[in-house]
Amino acid sequence: MGGIYALIAVGLSLQFGVARVLNIAHGEFIMLGAFITWWFYTRVGINPLVSLAICGPILFTIGFILYRTLFTRLRTSSPSPAAFEGNSMLACFGLLFIIQNVAILIWGASIRGYSYLAVPVNFGGAIFAANRLITLGFAIVIGSVFYLFLARTRLGKAIRAAAQDPATAGFMGVNINQVLALCFGFGALMAGFGGTLISMSYNIQPTMGLEYTIIALIVIVLGGLGSIPGSFIGGLVLGLVGSIVTYIEPGLSLVAYYVIFMLLLLVRPTGILGK
Amino acid sequence: MILIILFLLATLPLYSRGYTVVLLSSIFMYIIITVSWTMFSGPTGYISLAPAAFFGVGVYTSALLGLLLPLPAVIGMGGLASFFLALLVGALTLRLRGIYFVMFTFGLVELLLHFVLWWEVNITGTTGRVVPTMGNTAVYYIMLIIFVILMITATFIKHSKFGLALQSIGEYEEAAAHTGINVTALKTITFAISAFFIGAAGATMATRWTYIDPRIAFNPLISFMPVLMAIFGGMGQLYGPIIGATIFTYLEEFLITRFPYYYMLIFGIIMVVAILYLPNGLVGLTQKLRKGGLKQPHANT
Repeated sequence: MGGIYALIAVGLSLQFGVARVLNIAHGEFIMLGAFITWWFYTRVGINPLVSLAICGPILFTIGFILYRTLFTRLRTSSPSPAAFEGNSMLACFGLLFIIQNVAILIWGASIRGYSYLAVPVNFGGAIFAANRLITLGFAIVIGSVFYLFLARTRLGKAIRAAAQDPATAGFMGVNINQVLALCFGFGALMAGFGGTLISMSYNIQPTMGLEYTIIALIVIVLGGLGSIPGSFIGGLVLGLVGSIVTYIEPGLSLVAYYVIFMLLLLVRPTGILGK
Repeated sequence: MILIILFLLATLPLYSRGYTVVLLSSIFMYIIITVSWTMFSGPTGYISLAPAAFFGVGVYTSALLGLLLPLPAVIGMGGLASFFLALLVGALTLRLRGIYFVMFTFGLVELLLHFVLWWEVNITGTTGRVVPTMGNTAVYYIMLIIFVILMITATFIKHSKFGLALQSIGEYEEAAAHTGINVTALKTITFAISAFFIGAAGATMATRWTYIDPRIAFNPLISFMPVLMAIFGGMGQLYGPIIGATIFTYLEEFLITRFPYYYMLIFGIIMVVAILYLPNGLVGLTQKLRKGGLKQPHANT
């Protein structure tokens, strides 16, 4: 679970830390990823791991187009960055309702799931389900590849520049609208990956999004807003805390998340790795 | 003018059908929540997503005390419970800025929801409870009374030094603090006053629902609706939120009865369009149109 948390938090962190959109509809992208995978697997028989390569680009395109149309317009019409943060967040609430209800219309409101690689594996003396191990493995691989992309490529550099100061990055010849839209797209891509991985081990339903959005939010606050490695570490930490609390008192894991979240906001809003 | 409208509203249950009274009670509920929300978030610019928390606290107070106390006391207690919660939360969190405050207030709703849910499942062993009811007309009159008190309070705040100080916090908080305004105290008390009315509305509404559970009481939609209604109506004037709330509540009723499956979808689309094209709301739009008619539009430099 920690791996998935890390992945979706990195996605949200890109959207909020760089593109300045607090995407409350992030979980809806995750839900879309999960449902597309489920659909492919039960209808067409496409292996969920192959879906990973299909869902990602689909969601990337949706995210990219959304930013180019909706959010770029909002950004140019908002008088200040703070106003843009507020307005874009509200627009995301609208998106949340739209995506969720389109999904209910297409797939119905019931809980879905499929069984894939739910076989026990002995790993270092402890027994795990194979699909969970694969999930964790993929989350780590995707996270690392993305980190290398940010650190080593020209586009990665442009993204980091835009995260620090969009205006100055623009003066330095970075096509800022393009980069921000790419970031939003990459965020949606991460959500799509997360959704695919979630659908492999957990039940899914159209209203599942908000819970994951909130978890992702907690994680990025935990790790420090805008810090990609911070989000990754935060995700793993929260997954661990969640498992421990669930072991002690199952009903309280969400409450525990919120308590951590609110305490963190009060004590150290910049997070573990924040500036 | 205002007195005539009030008189008409007060005598309305005497000559109208039951449905109108029920619909108007819902409209008043949303007006109360939206105007209370705007009272705090309008001038200060702190977007609060906590209304659902205060509303839920009101609902639960009503459910817990409904049989023990007379009705006005129950509603007062609902308001007071929210008031003190807001005082506590405000004192803790109002130094958070912008998006952090939004996230915190939203977290508060979910925290209360899951905590009450856990409490009911594990401690009391039952989910949901029954609320003692009263007639639709009584609910209507109570909503009307709360509305009138709220409007008097809101007008008073807006046109006093108090309101001016709030406005200056919204424009430049440091500057406001340096001119000698006790920023934290002011924000906290306004936040709490707005919570009082939301809590009172919740306590009243609970008596109409007869059965409640945490998911009904702490419905996050109660937090989003006032934001949307206030933006749609326009936050600059007190009548903006009223217009927004009236239109949206009516629209909600209309869409739910006509298109039950597409209701939330249409709702989301309206929300996105409203934010894109009406940043100052309907009131802002009409003002712009009126100005546009008087002088030629000229390019901004």
